[in-house]
Amino acid sequence: MKEKKSIWKKITGSREASLLIVLIILCVVISFRSPSFMTLKSISDMLKNNAVIMIMTLGMLGVLLLGGIDISIASTLAFSGMSVGMLLKYNVVENAFLLFVIAIGIGALCGLVVGLVIAKGKVLPIIATMGFMYIYRGMAYMIGNSQWASAENLGDFKNFALGKVLGINNVVLIMFACYIIFFVVMKWTKVGRKVYAVGSNREAAAISGINTSNVELMVYTVMGTLAGLCGALAVAVYSSAQPNMLYGKEMDVIAACVIGGVSMTGGRGSVVGAFLGSLILAIIAKALPLVGIDSIAQNTVKGVIILVVVILNVVTQRVMDKNNLKGREM
Amino acid sequence: MKKKVLSVLLCVAMAATLAVGCGSKDEGTKGSGSDTKTEDTAKDDSSDSGKKTYAIVTKSAGNPYNEKEAEGFQEVIEAEGGECIVKHPEAATADAQVSVIQSLISQGVDSICIAANDENALQAALEEAMDAGIKVSCLDSKANADSRQTFVNQAGTTEIGQALMDAILDITGGEGQWAILSATSQATNQNAWIDAMKEIMKEDKYSKLELVEVAYGDDEPQKSTDQTQALLSKYPDLKVICAPTTVGINAAAKVLQDEKSSVKLTGLGLPSEMAEYIGDDDAHSCPYMYLWNPIDVGRLGAYTSIALVDGTITGAAGDEFTAGDMGDYTVVEASDGGTEVILGAPFKFDPSNIDEWKDVY
Repeated sequence: MKEKKSIWKKITGSREASLLIVLIILCVVISFRSPSFMTLKSISDMLKNNAVIMIMTLGMLGVLLLGGIDISIASTLAFSGMSVGMLLKYNVVENAFLLFVIAIGIGALCGLVVGLVIAKGKVLPIIATMGFMYIYRGMAYMIGNSQWASAENLGDFKNFALGKVLGINNVVLIMFACYIIFFVVMKWTKVGRKVYAVGSNREAAAISGINTSNVELMVYTVMGTLAGLCGALAVAVYSSAQPNMLYGKEMDVIAACVIGGVSMTGGRGSVVGAFLGSLILAIIAKALPLVGIDSIAQNTVKGVIILVVVILNVVTQRVMDKNNLKGREM
Repeated sequence: MKKKVLSVLLCVAMAATLAVGCGSKDEGTKGSGSDTKTEDTAKDDSSDSGKKTYAIVTKSAGNPYNEKEAEGFQEVIEAEGGECIVKHPEAATADAQVSVIQSLISQGVDSICIAANDENALQAALEEAMDAGIKVSCLDSKANADSRQTFVNQAGTTEIGQALMDAILDITGGEGQWAILSATSQATNQNAWIDAMKEIMKEDKYSKLELVEVAYGDDEPQKSTDQTQALLSKYPDLKVICAPTTVGINAAAKVLQDEKSSVKLTGLGLPSEMAEYIGDDDAHSCPYMYLWNPIDVGRLGAYTSIALVDGTITGAAGDEFTAGDMGDYTVVEASDGGTEVILGAPFKFDPSNIDEWKDVY
């Protein structure tokens, strides 16, 4: 009896655990309908195809933790991706490593500008990033100058997405590396804890000596940096650079965070949650065509699943809060 | 005080951006020979009513395909001594096109040739244009029969269906499973082609082909990749995927080639995007594919506009006109009750000609 209770408590006591259960249920149902889903190759394909969204989810986690939002990321990605594409197309730079550095630099710069406007200019995040969404997307078009970079122009760069180290695809490795770094930083370093402190109570954090606007600036810069990195990754993965790359995908990134239990009002959310959230989204995208749901209905089903997961998450949170209060009463 | 200084600075910055923006637009004109420069001269011209003004409205900016279409249009108009206005809307939406059409009406152009982003949403704007005496034709993608005088069809629906079905028959070796990877489930063009293919499939010689699924990749690389991978794992005996959409065929080609799959690909794609994947050997995923020549679409659009403006044709079925060195064309009934001019059969891109075309568009 006691043991049963403690398991129940464990499940309801952590949002991540409830997400994990959703994930397992999803996987079981899907592999029941389509046995090929749970193969190593299929999972590796899925992670590779969703790595870009999964990496940006990390940046969004930081932004949402501060109660902000960034809808300019897909545009930043397109701008950095197009830059890489054009540099390759006109044979300016051919070294893959250097191209990644350039992409990351462009992303960081884009993020820094967004951060400055929000943190120092005190502009509402949704408004500031809406502006930059158009600016950066426009810049992607301008740098492209009505040209695309296709597989042929990309030379050896595209092989990066095919390469493997220890049997794991390079792109997937980068994704995991990002998650590990973020997990450590957010959990055990001063910087990470500062983000949580500012997110849960800005005034209290300011009084305790944290420079809140610097934390905000940092969060948006990191977001931009990741978007820049993803620009180069997306070009490598799809062997194509087009100015409308990942148009509208910022919503998928935000959805991944929300599914992962990251609160839109700030202060609440974890790297593990973000990982599980983006993984659930990736599984949905991969599985819907596999299990034979009619193409036309797929988006509706996707929306329903997202909503169900989020509602489940909120319910878990309520139970958790209630349990915590109970503990206090006793 | 500080705030005042800041706001003044911001205003200056904004003004500077505007100035720079206009400047760079001029530069673009010199470089690519499109958009604003011609627009300015056209304005001067319509006031002293010398040459006729012909406008082309593409689907959106930043797409090499649209760019080539406009290029062909402009080339013919200028060679024939007309003034050409090229307009690329900001986004591939009907809204963006409506405002472009309205500004063209107020400029008083003689004709508008438009690649419609929506079949019905442009009706009000285009009717207004026709009421103002402007000759309206569509190219590449049509608006409904009431909002146009005629439509320059890049390739007849049946011609495309036939070419693709024959390609599938050839690549499969006459029998086996095949699947379609399309754009969105509402895409007018793709649906018409798919219906045509299904109709042609009823003939005896295609009876051993089995269409297992029509998947939709929404013209997103990511979703198209998922859909292609799903097709591969769902149908192990699949022989051919046919993707009648440029984004879809590109994503599918990448998946098949990376996985060294035995499944082959055909469809409609841009030569420059597909050059990497076209080849006869097993290392390439696409033996050959089709597309029309966007430059020719633009050129025929230009000749049609000219014929409409000078009264050679009215857009009624049976009208005939000569399109320069492209030959003679006849306006025919279209399936939607309007009329159309059909460019011809789609153009085949295979290993023998891809190298010469990949640099064109």
